[in-house]
Amino acid sequence: MAKFNLNVNGKNFQLDIAAQTPLLWVLRDHLKLVGTKYGCGIAQCGACTIHLDGVAMRSCSLPVEAVGDKAITTIEGLSEKGEHSIQRAWLEHDVPQCGYCQAGQIMTAAALLKDNPNPSDSDIDQAMNGNICRCGTYTRIKAAIKSAAKMEK
Amino acid sequence: MALIKTTYNRRSFLKSSAIAGGGMMLGFSWFASCKPIDDNTELLMPDEWFDFNSYLKIGDNGLITIFSPNPEFGQNVKTSMPMILAEELDVDWKNVLVEQAPYSPEQFPGAPFGQFTGGSRGIMMKWKPLRIAGASAKQMLKAAAAQTWQVAVDEITTESGVLHHEASKKSIGYGEMASLAAQMAIPEEVKLKEPKDYKIIGHSKKNVDGLAIVTGKPLFGLDYQKEGMLIAMAVHPPAFGMTLEAINNTEEIKAMPGIKDVFPIKTYKDAYKKGYFDTNAFPEIIAVVGNSTWEVLKAKKAVKAKWKSIEGSTNTIDRFGRDISVHTPAGLENTTDHNTQMETLMAKPMKVVRRDGDPEGAFKKAAKIIERTYSAPYLAHNCMEPMNFFADVKKDKAHVAGPLQGPGLIEPTLAASLDIPEENIETEMTRMGGGFGRRAYSHYMVEAALISQKVNAPIKLMYTREDDMTNGIYRPTYRAIYRAALDESNNLLALHVKAGGVPESPLFANRFPAGSVDNYLAEEFAIDSNITTGAFRAPRSNFMAGAEQSFLDEIAEETGKDPIEFRLELLKRAKENPVGKENDYDPERYAGVLELVREKSNWGQNDANLHRGVSAYFCHNSYAAHVLDLTIEKGKPVVQKVTCAIDCGIVINPDAAANMAEGGIVDGIGNAFYGEMTFKDGVPQKNNFHQYRMIRMSEAPKKIDVHFVQNEIDPTGLGEPPFPPIFAAVANAMYKASGKRQYHQPFIREEKILG
Repeated sequence: MAKFNLNVNGKNFQLDIAAQTPLLWVLRDHLKLVGTKYGCGIAQCGACTIHLDGVAMRSCSLPVEAVGDKAITTIEGLSEKGEHSIQRAWLEHDVPQCGYCQAGQIMTAAALLKDNPNPSDSDIDQAMNGNICRCGTYTRIKAAIKSAAKMEK
Repeated sequence: MALIKTTYNRRSFLKSSAIAGGGMMLGFSWFASCKPIDDNTELLMPDEWFDFNSYLKIGDNGLITIFSPNPEFGQNVKTSMPMILAEELDVDWKNVLVEQAPYSPEQFPGAPFGQFTGGSRGIMMKWKPLRIAGASAKQMLKAAAAQTWQVAVDEITTESGVLHHEASKKSIGYGEMASLAAQMAIPEEVKLKEPKDYKIIGHSKKNVDGLAIVTGKPLFGLDYQKEGMLIAMAVHPPAFGMTLEAINNTEEIKAMPGIKDVFPIKTYKDAYKKGYFDTNAFPEIIAVVGNSTWEVLKAKKAVKAKWKSIEGSTNTIDRFGRDISVHTPAGLENTTDHNTQMETLMAKPMKVVRRDGDPEGAFKKAAKIIERTYSAPYLAHNCMEPMNFFADVKKDKAHVAGPLQGPGLIEPTLAASLDIPEENIETEMTRMGGGFGRRAYSHYMVEAALISQKVNAPIKLMYTREDDMTNGIYRPTYRAIYRAALDESNNLLALHVKAGGVPESPLFANRFPAGSVDNYLAEEFAIDSNITTGAFRAPRSNFMAGAEQSFLDEIAEETGKDPIEFRLELLKRAKENPVGKENDYDPERYAGVLELVREKSNWGQNDANLHRGVSAYFCHNSYAAHVLDLTIEKGKPVVQKVTCAIDCGIVINPDAAANMAEGGIVDGIGNAFYGEMTFKDGVPQKNNFHQYRMIRMSEAPKKIDVHFVQNEIDPTGLGEPPFPPIFAAVANAMYKASGKRQYHQPFIREEKILG
């Protein structure tokens, strides 16, 4: 066990925990932030995507000891009440079906728009290809990302 | 207006004191009710709620809560079912709250399917009860107003949650009348609206859980938390055909950090007579219980056990009141052996399921015979949320919560396993992170409850992705041979289909093109297996449609006919002069979707770089047709566009319905291109997404256009029907692009194309 200070969604947390514990389980089990999802555990599906200093990361494969003093943002911290342009666009396009993968999709999309406010179709494909949606909402996700890009202009 | 018997008795149409008092809802408030997200104003909660029936309560301020009876896995019934009720109740959608009803066979009769999500039956089965529930409550509100105002009830009208009496110019809101109305007699018959008067049905409403989903609220079974809850995982045998002999390192595991216990659990009681959905491969597995997911995960990986072969057995299974016998062979099975077995059986006579005319005679005198073989592999469901369940089992009662499609299907097994009567088991249905048929087989709920009972604590059982993929209830593997006899003028004389699979035949002998050909023969076979299989989005259809519609495409080409025109000619025959009386489809509606997709896709337009495939199918009481446009870019097939036409009767929530059709199309393309599970010595050969190829953003169609046939026919299934025909639309377009027909799924196997 080791002590860690984590900055999650602007709040500080102190934890005494095994150093190898993936951040995903720290968030879900210890901080009760369950918006970040488990899908594969091997960084292949993107359901666990969070931001580390604004960069999209797979939290299932990120040991808590590797976080350091970087700021963690989860879906719960993306906005207070779903006001982020990506979230608004998701609602406008009524993207989700089962909804399970969508937190990860939204976090990846939000990081994409931050880096690239006007992504092309292939930019979107490239950024989003790591996120599986088993329900097949890809066409709506793409449309929503484009809508969100327009909102930001 | 149509007058309709309410058919409710007091028992099913109850004024539930449990709900009125909030007692039943308290345990459920964790999944807080959802506000329609297209209304931005805060809704004020009423001081008091009044129950009208199992489906709704009305607050003193006019707010309505509608309980969505069926579990939600993305098909959006949690929005569309309340829409149906709200329509007949005649309320403003923005004043409607929606809550997921708990499992309650008393309130939602029809067990085991009263609250079943699957088979594309939800809307079809609830269409009438939901309308009656809304109309009955409206009638009770009218009766209350009539009594209050001392006027005839027929003189009362309603609009958007307000009661009016035209002659006296009186008006009052539903909320103010709710207290009195809830005490009114339940009407014996009610008037239902005509479709032309619909204000909510047919008008798109946003997903009621939309905001909760995009803000990461706890909605799913895996999100379930309870004070003192432990985490449990299971270790199942490494191969189908095996079971546990002994755990080798119990003490070592127990000594690991955070671990409470490790022990074997028998998945069924001895001699338990299983139900039809009690599908579960392993008689005995290992449970690991501890404080946190990571600790349990590490312990699970460290478990060492001795496994042994199962013995072959023949069991009697209760298939909804009818006993059937199921043989489970011993042994470690291989995909290559399955393929050889199927090929061998194909060459032998098999069970004839339908014969019209003289098919053998027709083949003898044929000028040309075309014979093609089609196959499809096992598929894993791969729901994004792995199987899981929460259970808190006490001495004489239990509380379980989690994702499942059919609580009524597993509840008897749960009760028998725990020795606790069903009425003492409280079952919450969480939003499912996908289902696709997998969660109709929810034995993981029983496993969770047995673990909780053993450790005497609330636990949440979680399958890892590897558990989920390697302890599946797979889509069976199938094979079919189609033969066509043509005369010298290329007229279709006879059609012959032989189909089978492990462990079931995929054949629907009475589906199109049966009924459109004078001489028709359908035969089938099945091979026993110990690999567990079950429903997978449009069971059996999901293979047969691809085979049949690919074959028809080939026959059309052989006869020199346009593939849509060829199908329409057959359907014309089936309509005007059908062969046989058992045909299970309506040729006119079938032709309707083909005609609509032909129009909407601008079929016949020529673009040398665009390769188009068409396909249509009928299943789950609905009709779907697709035109798929493909290009080849850097050697890879790229789906540019899919145009889809569907006839599922009245469409409740058009945009959400389109979303589901889009999903079925993407799912189908993914499985047609990549989907495959194989077995070697009983071991599933893929265990996570690095091996099991799923369709991703860049491989999805760039555009999908969904069109619904407009009619006033009672609604039928939608979750499944768009899925099966897409396989052949892919195959037929790939043929246009490459000149090579696709017979064996998955269609893309070459590494250089897979990338």
